[in-house]
Amino acid sequence: MADTISRARQAKSLDRVVIRFAGDSGDGMQLAGDRFTTSSAIYGNDLSTLPDFPAEIRAPAGTVAGVSAFQVHFSDHDIFTPGDHPDVLVAMNPAALKAHARDLEPGAAVLLNSDSFDERSLQKAGYTSDPRGDGSLAGLKVYEVPMTSLTLEAVKPSGTKARDAERSKNFFALGLVSWMYSRPMEPTLEWVAKRFANNEMVREANTLACKAGWNFGETAEIFESVYEVRPAQLPPGTYTNISGNTALAWGIIAAGQLAKLPVFLGSYPITPASDVLHELSKHKNFGVRTFQAEDEIAGVSAALGAAYGGALGVTTTSGPGLDLKAEAIGLAISLELPLVVFDIQRGGPSTGLPTKTEQADLLHAIYGRHGEAPLPVVAPITPGDCFYTAIEAARLALKYRTPVIVLSDGYLANGAEPWPVPEVESLPDLSAEFSFASTPNKVEPDGSEVFWPYLRDPETLARPWAVPGTPGLMHRLGGLEKSDGAGNVSYDPVNHDLMVRLRAQKVAGIVADIPPIEVDDPTGDAELLVLGWGSTYGAICAAARAVRASGAKVAHAQLRHLNPFPANLGDVVRAYKRVLVPEVNLGQLRKLVRAEFLVDAQGLNQVSGLPFRRVDVQEAIISQLMALGTEGR
Amino acid sequence: MTDLATPVTTRKDWSSDQEVRWCPGCGDYSILTAVQLLMPELGAKREDTVFVSGIGCSSRFPYYMNTYGVHSIHGRAPALATGLAVARPDLHVWVITGDGDALSIGGNHLLHALRRNVNLTIILFNNQIYGLTKGQYSPTSEPGKVTKSTPLGSLDHPYNPVSLALGAEASFVARTHDLDRKHMMETFRRAYEHRGAALVEVYQNCNVFNDGAFDAITSKDNRPSMLIPLEHGKPVRFGANGEKGVVIDGHGSAVIVDVDQVGEDNLLVHDETVGDPTLAFSLSRLSEGPNSPTPIGVFRDVERPDYGTLVQSQLVDAAARKGPGDLGALLRSGTTWTVA
Ligand code: SF4
Repeated sequence: MADTISRARQAKSLDRVVIRFAGDSGDGMQLAGDRFTTSSAIYGNDLSTLPDFPAEIRAPAGTVAGVSAFQVHFSDHDIFTPGDHPDVLVAMNPAALKAHARDLEPGAAVLLNSDSFDERSLQKAGYTSDPRGDGSLAGLKVYEVPMTSLTLEAVKPSGTKARDAERSKNFFALGLVSWMYSRPMEPTLEWVAKRFANNEMVREANTLACKAGWNFGETAEIFESVYEVRPAQLPPGTYTNISGNTALAWGIIAAGQLAKLPVFLGSYPITPASDVLHELSKHKNFGVRTFQAEDEIAGVSAALGAAYGGALGVTTTSGPGLDLKAEAIGLAISLELPLVVFDIQRGGPSTGLPTKTEQADLLHAIYGRHGEAPLPVVAPITPGDCFYTAIEAARLALKYRTPVIVLSDGYLANGAEPWPVPEVESLPDLSAEFSFASTPNKVEPDGSEVFWPYLRDPETLARPWAVPGTPGLMHRLGGLEKSDGAGNVSYDPVNHDLMVRLRAQKVAGIVADIPPIEVDDPTGDAELLVLGWGSTYGAICAAARAVRASGAKVAHAQLRHLNPFPANLGDVVRAYKRVLVPEVNLGQLRKLVRAEFLVDAQGLNQVSGLPFRRVDVQEAIISQLMALGTEGR
Repeated sequence: MTDLATPVTTRKDWSSDQEVRWCPGCGDYSILTAVQLLMPELGAKREDTVFVSGIGCSSRFPYYMNTYGVHSIHGRAPALATGLAVARPDLHVWVITGDGDALSIGGNHLLHALRRNVNLTIILFNNQIYGLTKGQYSPTSEPGKVTKSTPLGSLDHPYNPVSLALGAEASFVARTHDLDRKHMMETFRRAYEHRGAALVEVYQNCNVFNDGAFDAITSKDNRPSMLIPLEHGKPVRFGANGEKGVVIDGHGSAVIVDVDQVGEDNLLVHDETVGDPTLAFSLSRLSEGPNSPTPIGVFRDVERPDYGTLVQSQLVDAAARKGPGDLGALLRSGTTWTVA
């Protein structure tokens, strides 16, 4: 490679760059972004990504509705978000430009596929005049590259037919952007060789297109400079690039191994959760049974049935599916069996925005069942943290014999980041957290030994988990209220009151088994606390860092356990003069914090289907600080 | 968890200590008795037996069996039982359900359990009424039925549960009734011995809200002329003196004939094992409801790999191909790089 691809110019150094690849759904932009991310990761940058695809599988080609985009932020220092504004927009057609130009700030670069800017395409995109000539791109550095024709020309030696050859233009774009930012090409070319090992023509076409893109940058004198972003100083270790959904799937496989239990997934396809089903289905050699059920209710019911049989039962879904699963989750609360529920939140209500992110299922997860039906709720804070959150959810489910809801979201699910791969030995031994009942646990007055399915562990309040096949422990469970201890159907008012309170105490008692919330307050004397939960972690970290860089003081704490709250949360929120709660909903955690601790928490709320940008949170912090300043005076 | 010795048990061993709470005279009692009497004969083990039910009068059944059991939620028993049977192919899982539970709120799950051929023995108590909610019409109630929710008569066309199961290509489908213990036990035994999904419809009298719904065919006097016993390898024949029989007409439909008129040799010889469910389906269409001659017995019993076994074999194959799961290797299966 070194002989064909050489560097002619001196590269200018940048500390961070945000690139957005945008094109028609069929243009392969997710793939281009993904490959660019991988080479950047191998090069050693820190990074964060944000794919953005249309809800329709194939919206009409060339329309704004059909635009698919992938944003990657890479840097020489640790970063937390995919970036607020792209420094470079790669637009494969007018619709892509139309959909994304508004996010560009003056000085940003736009790389256009000029071949696609014909009258028809402009019209389809909704342009009444050509944006290249009407001044609407003023202030931007516009580079016009005839990507389609250059690709067609470049791939000729592969013998590919014109229609297929055009499909390699994403690799041309990738090659060109790789040149601009001094990315190594080898990882991409190696990947192409492996991925298309059995299809020589496509392999050859993509390789040629990629190299042609690079060489175009090198030879066409339209780019004034090339850039480079040096590797970041990440802690030593082995890294891999991981998305939230993959991390959840791997986390539950790990949990099964650590608990020495077979995993059973009952699931119904739903965006954006289906990738967890897909990933788990690949790993049957771990003894993972994946069951694509007839509907959401069957998915959770089957997982619960498997849990009754002694498996680690898991179900995956998104908002509408969580609605449907509510009754079966209530049954799991009543049966007191372990069950892990992954809810990958998306925009709601109803079908809402299937491919967009939101955090609006929090109250649903905590309260969304009839009757007094508490359960633990946990939320991962980064894509990589999804791995550990899945293990934590399984630990709580197994130890306390309860369903646990994990609140991930579309942003974490599809976003990716470099993830330090843990050593298996460092992971918790879940098999030590529970055991199956094997002997009777009660002596009757007549001396006979019997099994009482609701005789609880005095410490955890968990009831014994006796799986079918165990001689002598036959018992009947059910959704009808059961008598304390013996577990027979009971309509006794005093017993019901007791059982409702015991189930609540069991879940509340988990507080003693989870870590206190940590506060990042470098100087220790900030007056404002920013309290987030789940996926807002990155944006809040980045915002807090920026605010501190300007000399102001702000504390940050991020909740991973939403029910029960960490034991010290009340003290933490009361210790600050002001509490700001940014959420991608209309204030659900804020409501809980106010109700629980009588603290007048303020909200920063956004429900646009997009994650917070750093600047959104930063501005909210500054205005809170200003308000504090006025109060102080 | 299984040893080879056949356990010697009695009905008492299979009865839980819970007081049975159905209305006095309810047909559910005789079904419970038939099952409790049958279990010792099957040589089944209590610890390896699970009864899963939904919601409704019949769904209280698991509480009365001294086995493992789950009284789940309305309509979802086949789904919960699917998870259990797939996760634990070593167990024998029974599903107890009713016409409202299995065919109305849970209709979807029943169909899918049948088509997948999950290893479940499903007993559907059909009393053509909602008993537990005190007497509304059900998806098997006859048209025009006057109930609390249909004061002017029901407008709904009813399901025929046997036809429905055959439409889903269930590998075992049978019908029996609560007044004939011997027939029930024999039918349940056959269902138990079938590997895969077995559905047995039991005509069950709800003496409180739909008393006598099946009298026209199941009362002692009416049985000979109104029940058409299906017996594998035998001509389909009924009537006090076997004077009636069934033939397949030119359109492939089963029709009732006088044996005298068509001749004994031309009667349909019942074959449970025909792969195509069409023949069994035409038999299921002989009666619209329990008011005309109605077939009972095993309609269909064909071999088809059961779902849990297929799932299990994929796990075994995957482990043979890729080697047993190695967590450390999985976590490093993507592109990795090292920061020194
Ligand atoms: S209501 Fe009918 S079905 Fe229910 S227990 Fe009473 S008699 Fe039996």
